[in-house]
Amino acid sequence: MSKTKVQDVDRSMYDFIKPEEGYERFEDGLTPEIVRAISEKKDEPDWMLELRLKGLKKYHEMSMPANWGPSIEGLDMDHISTYVSPKTEQASSWDDVPEDVKDTFEKLGIPEAERSYLAGVGAQYDSELVYHSMQDSAAKQGVVYSGIEEALHGPFEDMIREHFMKLVPITDHKFAALHAAVWSGGSFVYVPEGVQMEYPLQSYFRLNAKGAGQFEHTLIIVEPGANLHFIEGCSAPKYNVANLHAGCVELFVGKGARLRYSTIENWSKNMYNLNTKRSRIEEDGVMEWVSGSFGSHVSYLYPTTILAGDRSSCEFTGITFAGKTQNLDTGCKVILNGKDTKASVSTKSLSKDGGISTFRSSIVVNKHAENALATVSCQSLMIDDISRSDTIPAMDVRCQSASVGHEATIGSISDDTVFYLMSRGCSEDEARTMVVNGFANPISKELPLEYAAEMNNLIKLEMEGAIG
Amino acid sequence: MAEELLTISDLTAGTEDKTILHDVNLTIGRGESHVLMGPNGTGKSTLGHVIMGDPVYKVASGKIVFDGEDITEKTADKRSLAGIFLSYQAPVEVPGVPLYTFLRTISQMRPELKMTPKNFRKRVSELAAQLSIDEEFLGRDLNVGFSGGEKKKIEMLQLLLLQPKLAILDETDSGLDVDALSVVSRAISSYMSDYNGSILLITHNTRILEHVDVDKTHVMTHGHIVETGDASLIATIEQQGFESYEKEAAAELADEAEGAPEGADAVAEH
Repeated sequence: MSKTKVQDVDRSMYDFIKPEEGYERFEDGLTPEIVRAISEKKDEPDWMLELRLKGLKKYHEMSMPANWGPSIEGLDMDHISTYVSPKTEQASSWDDVPEDVKDTFEKLGIPEAERSYLAGVGAQYDSELVYHSMQDSAAKQGVVYSGIEEALHGPFEDMIREHFMKLVPITDHKFAALHAAVWSGGSFVYVPEGVQMEYPLQSYFRLNAKGAGQFEHTLIIVEPGANLHFIEGCSAPKYNVANLHAGCVELFVGKGARLRYSTIENWSKNMYNLNTKRSRIEEDGVMEWVSGSFGSHVSYLYPTTILAGDRSSCEFTGITFAGKTQNLDTGCKVILNGKDTKASVSTKSLSKDGGISTFRSSIVVNKHAENALATVSCQSLMIDDISRSDTIPAMDVRCQSASVGHEATIGSISDDTVFYLMSRGCSEDEARTMVVNGFANPISKELPLEYAAEMNNLIKLEMEGAIG
Repeated sequence: MAEELLTISDLTAGTEDKTILHDVNLTIGRGESHVLMGPNGTGKSTLGHVIMGDPVYKVASGKIVFDGEDITEKTADKRSLAGIFLSYQAPVEVPGVPLYTFLRTISQMRPELKMTPKNFRKRVSELAAQLSIDEEFLGRDLNVGFSGGEKKKIEMLQLLLLQPKLAILDETDSGLDVDALSVVSRAISSYMSDYNGSILLITHNTRILEHVDVDKTHVMTHGHIVETGDASLIATIEQQGFESYEKEAAAELADEAEGAPEGADAVAEH
């Protein structure tokens, strides 16, 4: 089996472009007219339009993040179209999805995954959801999984209004304000009290259009004692102009409920990924994040967990792989407010070919968080000597009985290990890939099998051609 | 002599800034067992690593022919797939790579082994039993946290699984207790008898040799092979040690130095 052949086939998994012929595309830039036009398209309640316009105003008032992370100078909103639609109705059967769009998701393996191990799938193409479907068994238990705009037209409008951009207020930062103004697409999930979802739900976001932005909003409410695993996947083909992703994820985990949120993000390397994810956990609730960041040119990504209720806990397991031309600033933030709350953060970061990977964590233990416990562990692996890896842990502890620990290690692939593996028949590429996969293994073990395989595949792709 | 498997001719090699092996000549026939002895730090392990293709060492002159093919410039993976195996003095730990997965990967690289998943499972199970390896180890990360003895047994497991044409066993006996030594020693004789294996056993003591029939013994000092004999040479070394060879080599080096007053390479090693 030739290496080149494998590489070609695999690249095509993500890196194919479909023509935008016949698509509806709003002009580049950001004006009240564009915002009103988006709102009009969606025939949404007045409060939402007000929120959008407020967001737009805030966006113009707020300044770009200064002295923070990698530069986003290459991002010019005047050259980003905030709304591109494949002009199709959302379908609940793949047969009703236009051929080119369907072909895209088939290449990404979504319908196949749906058949084999998912309870429901949402698929977004550019600005609009093109497919949403859930198994009857889940629907019978009262689970709602639909497009968020669709849900706004039904009995859940009040609930959405109560939660929408409440965890991430529009004043949070400039790109949260932008998101509020132009958001489009995304999923709404409601799991009623006590319902245990056996199989995961998955939303997949594909940005095909050149020079466009994707601003989906994901809102998940897990009621007390319920249990859900939600999977988010993202990818895009590569262009030579900037694309923008400024999505927003808001997660509400009720008393004694459990939510696992897994992401494999593989945006193309012209993408600015300025995404905001936040969750609030009530008493005895459990939040688990599994996060793999492989793509984008620049990422700002720090999923936040607010442990509001006593004895609530969270685990964050993340991996970031920065290759050539990538500057990925990732990490997480946990705010411990309740008594006996627990946070465990474990991350791995990799960099190669001059890639920069920065891990930031922020642990805040507030004064009422008696006996709170937080541990942060970060391991970095540098695959060559021109790449860079930084760890920036921050801790703010205001409670005496709290216990907070941090450890960080940075290493490289040893020549001895590579030779040992080569002496058993592995090529140099294979040997290095094996070491990197091994390094990432504790993370991929947390993913469903198919996603672990995808992650290993992404690592393999990154590693091929790593050798000069 | 048996058909030639490995032929090393006039091999001079070392690191970037130091020559370690000088004009080494060594021929191993198919199915033969050779022992390479010598004091510590004399270049024995270096020779093993150079035959395997360790990029730390550069070949300055000479060549290595294996199974009819000049492999002097070949990378370690090519040499491995051609049938050379090096058992390490200190096998490397690879976190996150389960032993079982690793064994599956390296056996799949060799279509001639015809390892279907079923064959593989059966074979690995048999070998684990033969080598007194607890099957629980198969699920653990490659060599991570294994004792010295366990690591050597895992090396033997790979040897018997891959069935190479030539096994270089670098201090395989070091650090083993009596039980482990017996297991490893029996593994080596099973490799030779069951697969017509050839070995180059690098050692500076002779404990492991009681289970192995030795065809040839070589003595190395200061990067030179200074004596080659049959199995009886081992007994001589046990009685006399390496001192006489050391003196001989020192005299030889002095001659060399005289002949080439500017080439202080060899002398500098003292």
